[in-house]
Amino acid sequence: MTGLPSNSSPNSAADPVLEIRDLCVALPEWADRSMAVKNVSLTVGKGETLCVVGESGSGKSVMARSILRLLPEPHLRIASGAILLDGENLASADEPRMRQIRGGQISMVFQEPMVSLNPLMTVGRQIDEILEVHTDWGKAERRRRVVATFEDVRLPQPESIFGAYPHELSGGQRQRVMIAMSLVLEPKLIIADEPTTALDVTTEAQVLTLMKELQQRHGTALMFITHNFGVVAEIADRVAVMRFGELVEYGSVDDVLTRPQHPYTRALIDAVPSLVPRKHARPADRSTATPIVKVRDLQKTYGRSGSGPSWLARLVPALAGNERKAVKAVNHVDLDIMQGSAVALVGESGSGKSTLARCLIGLERADAGSAILAGDEIVGRSRSAWRPLRSRVQMVFQDPFASLNPRTKVGDIIARGAILQGEAPDAAAAQARELLELVGLEAKAAERFPHEFSGGQRQRIGIARALAVKPDILIADEPVSALDVSVQKQVLDLLDDLRRRFGLTMLFITHDLRVAAHVCEEIVVLKNGTIVEQGATAEIFANPQHEYTRTLLSSVPGRDWQRQLQQDAASPTP
Amino acid sequence: MTKPFWFRFLTNLRVLFGLTWLALVIIGAIAAPLIAPLDPFAISGQPFVRPFDGFLFGTDSLGRSVWSGLVHGARTTLLIAVIATLVAVAFGGLIGALAGFYGGRIDNVLMRVTEFFQTIPSFIFAILLVAVLAPSATSVVIAIATVSWPPIARIVRGEVMSLRSREFVQAAITLGEGDFEILFRQVLPNALSPLIVTGSLLVATAILTESALSFLGLGAPNFMSWGFMIGAGRSFLRDAWWLVAIPGIAILLTVLSINLVGEGLNDALNPRLRTP
Repeated sequence: MTGLPSNSSPNSAADPVLEIRDLCVALPEWADRSMAVKNVSLTVGKGETLCVVGESGSGKSVMARSILRLLPEPHLRIASGAILLDGENLASADEPRMRQIRGGQISMVFQEPMVSLNPLMTVGRQIDEILEVHTDWGKAERRRRVVATFEDVRLPQPESIFGAYPHELSGGQRQRVMIAMSLVLEPKLIIADEPTTALDVTTEAQVLTLMKELQQRHGTALMFITHNFGVVAEIADRVAVMRFGELVEYGSVDDVLTRPQHPYTRALIDAVPSLVPRKHARPADRSTATPIVKVRDLQKTYGRSGSGPSWLARLVPALAGNERKAVKAVNHVDLDIMQGSAVALVGESGSGKSTLARCLIGLERADAGSAILAGDEIVGRSRSAWRPLRSRVQMVFQDPFASLNPRTKVGDIIARGAILQGEAPDAAAAQARELLELVGLEAKAAERFPHEFSGGQRQRIGIARALAVKPDILIADEPVSALDVSVQKQVLDLLDDLRRRFGLTMLFITHDLRVAAHVCEEIVVLKNGTIVEQGATAEIFANPQHEYTRTLLSSVPGRDWQRQLQQDAASPTP
Repeated sequence: MTKPFWFRFLTNLRVLFGLTWLALVIIGAIAAPLIAPLDPFAISGQPFVRPFDGFLFGTDSLGRSVWSGLVHGARTTLLIAVIATLVAVAFGGLIGALAGFYGGRIDNVLMRVTEFFQTIPSFIFAILLVAVLAPSATSVVIAIATVSWPPIARIVRGEVMSLRSREFVQAAITLGEGDFEILFRQVLPNALSPLIVTGSLLVATAILTESALSFLGLGAPNFMSWGFMIGAGRSFLRDAWWLVAIPGIAILLTVLSINLVGEGLNDALNPRLRTP
C-alpha cells in the first residue's frame, strides 16, 4: 500500500465497527488480473460514513460483497486477509453464522430498487419476512415495527404502503423501502452499493438527505459505494478511492476532496463536470439566425384512453379503473433550434425528452403538430418518405453496449450509412477509417468487432457512425450516462470539438445539468412533456425562473463543494 | 470466456461422443454402395441367418442382408430428416421473423396460424398428410416439415422481437436501412445461435417421426429405412431379435448423438447459461 499517508489518525475510525485487514479477493484464471481486491485495509466507525469511490472494474463492489460473503464462489473467493465485525472474523465464519449476520448485523442496499424487490410480494410482507426470520415477535408486533420503519424513512401513508406491491411505488419510494428493509433490524453496519445511481437527481438528493439523517439518528456505520464525487461531497466522513482492486487514497473527506494526493484521485475529481456554464463562443443571436429545427405544437400520446373492451367495463364497473391511462409524453411543445447551436434537453425520467428527440429523428411518429427540419415537414412521414432526410439528422445512442451490432465489423458499421446514401463501398470504407481516426481511434479498428472495445471507445464508434452520413443535426441521447466519469469528459469534449469543426447543430438530451452546462449554450427544461423553461445556459443557471428548474439545480449532489473548488481556483493561493 | 467457441465445443466429452457416432453414420450413408455392395432389397442368402454367421448382422425373413439395410437405411433416414428440418427452419424462421419484426396485426394473424398447427397432435397430423398425399419421399418430407415448423417460428419470433428494439436496430433505421436489410443484416445474424440449436435438435425429432411413419408402412416406398426394417421385423421379435434390435439401436444412438451435439452447441454458444 504505497502512496498512503503514513499518519494513521484519519485512516482509522475512533470506534471501529468494521475493520478490513489486508483483504485479497482472487479472480478466476481467465480474468485479466489475478486479484479483484488486493491488500485493502479499511475501517468504518460507529455513526460514520465511509465512501468507497472508483470506476467500473475497480473492485469496489466485490470488496463490499466479500464483507457479506456474497461472492459467486468458487469463481471469486477471499484469498487472504481478515474482515472483523466488532472483532469477529467474518472471512472464516461458517454459513449459519453468516445468515445471522446478514440482515441482522450488516445489511445491504442495492443499486436497482426494482430488481432488488420481489415483484410478487407486498413490500410490507417482504420486510415482515426479515423480522420473522431474525426475531421471535408476534405478527402484530412485527407489523408495528415495519410501519414504524416506513415512517422513519418518510414514506407517505405507511399503513397503506405496507400492502403495496413494488410496481405501485415510484423509484424513490422503492429505494426508501429498501432502506427501511436494511434498517429494520437496526444493524451495526449498512453497505449501500450505488443506491442512488438509478434515481432521478431530485429523488437522489432526497434519498441522500434521508440516509444521512437516519444514520445520525441511529448511529449506524455506513459504507457507501459510489462513482460520483458529488455524492461523496454530500455525505462522506471519510473516503477510500479504489483503482484496479487497490486502495490508492484513503483519508478524511476534506483531505481527499480538497488536497488529493494521488494523481488518479485528482483526475477523477477534475473529470466531474462543473456546474459553471461554459462561455459562449458567440452570443446566440436569435433575431437574425434561422432555425434549422422548428417545432410547433408537437404532441405524442402513449396508450389511448378509452381503449380496451369498454363494453366489459360497462358490465363490470370494477374493471373500468384498470384501463390504461393515456400518457402525454410530448404535450404541445414549441421549440426553435438555431443553425449551429447546441441545445440541451434537460429533464428527469418520464419528462418526454427522449420521446421528443425520437419524434425528431423519425423513430416515433408524432400524433399532431408540426416539426420542420431544414425546410421539410417531418410529422406524418412514413419510413420510406423519411429516407431522403436521413443524411440531415443523426443520433448518438445512450447505451454503447447495445447500439453496435455485435456481429458486424466496426468498419462496416460506420460505412453502412454512407453506402445507403449512395456512396461506393470502397470510398465508404476509406471514409470509415478516416472517421475512426477523427474520433480518436486507430484506423485498424475497422477490422475488429465491437466487443473488443471498451464503453468509451464504443461510444466513439457510435459517433463516427452518426457522422458518416455528414448530418447537419446531431441528436445525442444521454450519450455519456452509461460511461465512467473520466471517460465521460473525453467523450463530451470530443462531441464539442466535432460540433465546432463541422458546424453541427446539436440537440443534447441529458438528465444531468452539469453535463448540459459543459457542452451546451442553451438549455430547455422539460417536465411531464411540457417545456417549463428555456434560454441561455448561463442565464438559467444564474437566475432560474421556474420552480422546477430551481429544484433541479439545487438537487445536483456536491454543488457546494464544487462552488468552493471554483472559488479556490479563481483566487490564487498564497 | 477467452476460450474460442470451437475449443469449448470440442472439449465437451458428450459432444465428442455424439460427433463420432454421427460421423460414422454419415460416412456409412455416403459410402453405402462401397461398404455394403448387396442390394438391401435383394434376396442374398438364407432367411434368419444369425449375426456374424456369414452376414455381419445376419439376414431377415426373406434372406435380405441386415447390414445392407442398415447402411442404405441411414441414407434415406438422414436425408429425409435433414431436408425436412431445413424446410421447417426456413419456413418457420420466415414466419417467425415476419411476425416478430412487424408485430401488430401481422403478428396476430401469423401466430394464430402457428397455434392452429400446434393444436393438432403432430404425429397424427403427419400420418394424415402422408396418407392424403400418397406415400413418397417428398410427402414424408412435407409431412415432417409441416408438423415441426411451429416451434421454430415461436423461437425466431421471440428473438426478433427482443432484437428489434435494440439500439443498433434503431441506429440502422435512422441510417435509412430498409425493412428487409434490417431483418437480414441486423436482426437475423444475432438470432442465429438459438436457431442452430433448435434446428439440430429438430433433426433428431425428424428421424423419430420418419422411422415411425416407415414403421407403419407410410414411409418412402422403394427406399430402405430404419423404421421400415423395424416394422418388417417386429413379427419375428421372439425368433430373430436382431431384426428389430439392430436398427432400433441405430436410431437410439443417432437421436442421442444429435441431442448431445445440440446441447453441446447450446452450451458453447451461450456460455453464461451454465456454470462450468
